[in-house]
Amino acid sequence: MLIHWSKTVILAGSLVAFIAAAPASAQKFNFGTTPSAEEIAKIDIDAMPDGRGLPPGSGTPAMGKNIYANSCAACHGVNLEGVSAAGGAALVGGRGSIGTPKTKKTVESYWPYASTLFDYVRRAMPFDKPGSLSNDEIYAVSAYILNKGKIIGDKDVMNAKTLPKVDMPNKDGFIPDPRPDVFNYR
Amino acid sequence: MTVGTKHTHLTYPDIDEAVDDDVRQHMEGMMEAEKGVLQAREQEMEECECKEGMFPNPTPGRRAFLLGAAAVAASTLPRGASASSGKAPAGAIEFDVPDDPTKVQGRLTNDDGGYGTRSQFESEARWRFPTKTKETSWTMTPLAESEGIITPSGLHFERHHGGIPTIDPKKHSLIVHGMCDNPKKYSMDDIRKFPSVSRQYFIECSGNGLTEFKAPFLKTVQGTHGLTSTSEWTGVMLSTILNEVGVQDGAAWILAEGADAAVMTRSVPLDKAWDDAMLIYAQNGEAMRPEQGYPLRVFLPGWEGNTHIKWLRRLEISDKPFMTREETSKYTDVVKDGKARQFSFTMEAKSVITFPSGEMKLPKPGFYEITGLAWSGRGKVRQVEVTTDGGKTWLIASLEGPIQSLCHTRFRIPWMWDGNPALIASRCIDETGYVQPTIAEINDVRGLNGHPKFASIYHLNGIMAWTIGADGTVTNAAHKV
Repeated sequence: MLIHWSKTVILAGSLVAFIAAAPASAQKFNFGTTPSAEEIAKIDIDAMPDGRGLPPGSGTPAMGKNIYANSCAACHGVNLEGVSAAGGAALVGGRGSIGTPKTKKTVESYWPYASTLFDYVRRAMPFDKPGSLSNDEIYAVSAYILNKGKIIGDKDVMNAKTLPKVDMPNKDGFIPDPRPDVFNYR
Repeated sequence: MTVGTKHTHLTYPDIDEAVDDDVRQHMEGMMEAEKGVLQAREQEMEECECKEGMFPNPTPGRRAFLLGAAAVAASTLPRGASASSGKAPAGAIEFDVPDDPTKVQGRLTNDDGGYGTRSQFESEARWRFPTKTKETSWTMTPLAESEGIITPSGLHFERHHGGIPTIDPKKHSLIVHGMCDNPKKYSMDDIRKFPSVSRQYFIECSGNGLTEFKAPFLKTVQGTHGLTSTSEWTGVMLSTILNEVGVQDGAAWILAEGADAAVMTRSVPLDKAWDDAMLIYAQNGEAMRPEQGYPLRVFLPGWEGNTHIKWLRRLEISDKPFMTREETSKYTDVVKDGKARQFSFTMEAKSVITFPSGEMKLPKPGFYEITGLAWSGRGKVRQVEVTTDGGKTWLIASLEGPIQSLCHTRFRIPWMWDGNPALIASRCIDETGYVQPTIAEINDVRGLNGHPKFASIYHLNGIMAWTIGADGTVTNAAHKV
């Protein structure tokens, strides 16, 4: 028992010396493994405003019409007006309302980047079957929503090149957090 | 001390503004949710001999006590140790109650399977904000009878965007990639090998109090302030992981992504990730609860709760923010000029009196200890001041130590209530010198047009007040101080 105890003390002492000798930033534990490119690609689903992360594929408003009717309309409404009882938000309308007493936040009135629409549908929609749409279907339904919001034309094709260029109505509507905004300092 | 409840008609302010159906349904749903809880309490109290008292929650179980005693008397149960079929509060098991616990043996040791339950006489519970879908919803921590600073894990508030996933930790992994030299995949066993730290921190949802921007609305402190909780969190410093993967020059942001049905994401500035961010796997001395992100979540001390991504599966290092839905269309605060504040991370200094608070009733004039919680996302609470005269004079409350940074801090102050109507409130000053503002001061700066009913929706940290009526009734008096 006594011998074991002594050994423990010695080991712990060596470890401390080892850690102290190495600069903290150089110390690596090297736990874990290196993920394969496939492993990363499988879950790397984000899309950024400049288009990084957008996958191959494409879709048009016309192609998105049926997808919307089948997968989205139950909660977001036939006319994209939202369905309160289902908890689905309105997707269009309200343009120019932000900051008025009738503020209405929709993809059309509030969302600053088209990439966010693609990204969100890809990761979380449809609500009852999240992640079930193909990339083509996501481009198409995004095109349908953007078209219904009068942001893109009827014939516009959405893909990895065109989507980042969509000019969202509220793209300049966001500012960095300026807080503290009440200055009662002591 | 007797217990009882206020017999209120449970009336709420009219929703007479020109709000659309969606907002109206939301408001009505909230009223119904809180009302349901209060009505259940009243009904319980009808059965109780004590009609007057302080707490809105009948000590729970007083009725069960009476019934339980009768049941035992009428039966021939050999030990008072067998569970009856009665309905126990959440988290409890109902047992028969002996007339005299000194005359019968108690329950069998370890008969609970080795994991305890709370007393059947305690019924404090979260209640759910009535969103239309239960998957994307939130629950409020019952602060009225909270003690000390730690929130029991089972009462910690929740906010989910796609329900609570069931995740086998043996199959779960975290991938760290992007602008780094050594992308890594970590199993939970790998994560647990790293040096760990345990810290007590609050988490507050940035939507805490959203109903109170324009006028007092919900009645209880659970409704007005229940989206804040404190736990002891254990995990790995995120800086440890960043050091492992070797962050490249030019990197500035990191995307955190959950493995829930919302695949919830937020972009986090790399500075915060290096500073005090953690990856958490334990809460209050045991594995973190599923609703808090089991098996792994991000923790960003002092920052709005939604950034603490739960069920963490991926971290991607980048040069720019990802502009996900939760940092553009949601969790942005529309202010006066129609612009929306984005990346409003810090939860500013705030406090609330939890006793006495809404829907309680003080039985008679005399001594009461006013108590509550204070916290700041910018560091430690320096001082809490309490008024009992509607803001004319402020007294310094005592703070329970040790005062911890970015953590709930319990304050207390003795009070002799003379029986006259009183208006009580608290305000917090944090270590930066920031003084908790009034709600009016906040609205002056931000305006009220961010939402037809909820103003800027997020980050309401204004002073909360309660009135005490001559009959001892405690009522939401937000905006009155």
